[in-house]
Amino acid sequence: MIEVRFHGRGGQGAVTSAELIALAAINEGQYAQAFPSFGPERRGAPVVAFLRVSPSQIRIRSKIYHPDIVVVLDPTLLDIVDVSSGLKPKGTLVINTAKTVEQIRKDHGFKGRIAIVDADKVALEEMKVAITNTTMLGALIRAAGISRMDSMDGPLDARFGKVAERNKKAMQRAFDETIIKE
Amino acid sequence: MPTRKGMEVSIAVSEAVKLANVDVISAYPITPQTHIVEHLSELVADGDLKAAFVPVESEHSALSAAIGAAAVGARAYTATSSQGLALMHELMFIASSIRMPLVMTVTNRAISAPINIWNDLSDIMPQRDCGWVQLFAINGQEAVDLTLHAFRIAEDPRVLLPVVVNLDGFILSHVIEPVEMPDQATVDRFLPVFKPVLRLDPDQPVSLGNFGSPDVFIEVKKQVEEALIGSEKVAAEVWKDFESLFGRTYKPVESYKTKGAETLLVTMGSITETAMTAVDAMREKGQKVGLIHIRLWRPFPFKEFFQAIRGAKVLAVVDRALVTGGVGGPVGLEIKSALFEKKERPYVAEFVAGLGGRDLTVEVFAEMASKAGRYAKAGKEMHYEMIGVREK
Amino acid sequence: MAKIDALHPWKEVPIGCAILEAGNSRQLKTGDWRSKIRPVTDKEKCIKCGMCWIFCPDMAYSQNTDGYFDWNTYYCKGCGICARECPKKAIQMIAEEE
Repeated sequence: MIEVRFHGRGGQGAVTSAELIALAAINEGQYAQAFPSFGPERRGAPVVAFLRVSPSQIRIRSKIYHPDIVVVLDPTLLDIVDVSSGLKPKGTLVINTAKTVEQIRKDHGFKGRIAIVDADKVALEEMKVAITNTTMLGALIRAAGISRMDSMDGPLDARFGKVAERNKKAMQRAFDETIIKE
Repeated sequence: MPTRKGMEVSIAVSEAVKLANVDVISAYPITPQTHIVEHLSELVADGDLKAAFVPVESEHSALSAAIGAAAVGARAYTATSSQGLALMHELMFIASSIRMPLVMTVTNRAISAPINIWNDLSDIMPQRDCGWVQLFAINGQEAVDLTLHAFRIAEDPRVLLPVVVNLDGFILSHVIEPVEMPDQATVDRFLPVFKPVLRLDPDQPVSLGNFGSPDVFIEVKKQVEEALIGSEKVAAEVWKDFESLFGRTYKPVESYKTKGAETLLVTMGSITETAMTAVDAMREKGQKVGLIHIRLWRPFPFKEFFQAIRGAKVLAVVDRALVTGGVGGPVGLEIKSALFEKKERPYVAEFVAGLGGRDLTVEVFAEMASKAGRYAKAGKEMHYEMIGVREK
Repeated sequence: MAKIDALHPWKEVPIGCAILEAGNSRQLKTGDWRSKIRPVTDKEKCIKCGMCWIFCPDMAYSQNTDGYFDWNTYYCKGCGICARECPKKAIQMIAEEE
């Protein structure tokens, strides 16, 4: 079982990210569970969403304390939230950032496996909005392979209808442009 | 053909209500039930479900309207949580005692104060005595299936009682997980059209909700009691039928890795699954731990319960509500009184855990099982223990 | 159907304490609640307007074939509203002998 924690801000679609990947994994025949850190949220407030993916039935309903992967949708969160808290020693941190890996390591002291992509840039160019939740799924899949890229098509079509294509393009670009360093 | 898809459990429950072809939905929104009734209102508005959706001004009205609808022979449904359920309280007893077969979903949420929107069972537990059949789902599939079962059990002429299907607010209701949605044709075979026994009908007038003097009150309550107790047998028949049509089995009490277990965790609701993971880990370490979970809470399935705990020396009961000023939690209370007259009974360690939505991890279940074992060995006289209270 | 003053075993009481016989409140002898006074109509004064029948809160009056209103001792509670409302003062409340 893989456990993923998403960090975003209310309104950026962190919960949607988790849901879309869960739906993709389920369509592949896997088991998945996606849920937000429950509570009343307002736009802009830091939020957390959780995702579990497994080939067999998932029987845990608590929050995720030791994720295998942490996805950070908004780079400004790095200064206010300890995003890597509980991340397993061999875990991966996937960050939306314009900085380099070296800069991130220097600024935040993170030493483990790290995957970065400038999702803001990709999202703005492909979708004209800096909403990075679907874009970052490309980075997540590239870094961790928890579902196939083409499995995302169905959920994206269902959720985004006419703008699904743009989201897919952004996701693919992020997949291609993600840099991973151990 | 049934379809396996990822769905938010609340939405899956609404879809089950749609499959059940309800006639009237009356509801008032309250977190975390909202997604269920919002989706139902969309289904009705879009014409996907031919039902009357009555947006009422309070939960008291929601249940009143559902009772009224059932009284004229409509298949009626409502849903609520926490304070909303509390507001329905007087009607809970009325619905069962005038024998109205309606179905309600409760997405379990802590009762205020303090105001808390997260999960525990303190909303439904004070409704133990009200005469409804009460079921608990541990995952999304059960939430869907039990909703379908509920209508059939309620409407059976031997029962004619309202049924409540409980699912944990947020930790179950708001989770996206795989659910196999049954197809309409098979549901129609499982759940026939509602044939009301008591019905307000101008051609055959009856009066419902009457005065009952001391001369008759006891007899009416005796009927409710016998019908509720008898509903267990009806539930067994319904579940057998369901199994033959859908392949999934349901029992009043379910056992998990209980063979050879000395200690059994006793749970209700979706925390059961987390507890099962704890049992797996403990079994791997060679500890003789198992789990039973109670699906049918009212009527309490005494026979199945005694059967399920046979051979166990220690029970670690995990309660999600407090019988304040009493003996701990309601499930522990029920179990201890059930065991009272037994010559041989296991040690019962009672834990009240996860109130107000405090997260219950795999480790906490392991801790409770281990404490139960230690207390039993030490012969500790234990009333109950509240888990997780910060002392310093 | 359970009679009002009969004590039935629990299996025979209609479920939910429902009343299955339409209009069975007719069987309740509310006339027993009447205490010492009853109305009497003077047919000379009566104009058959029916106000006594309209205003009676119970079922104590019914129109007969002559058009006058017969009084029913089974239901009359002796409230005197008919006497008060009669436009011709044709109704008197008199002491009722045992």
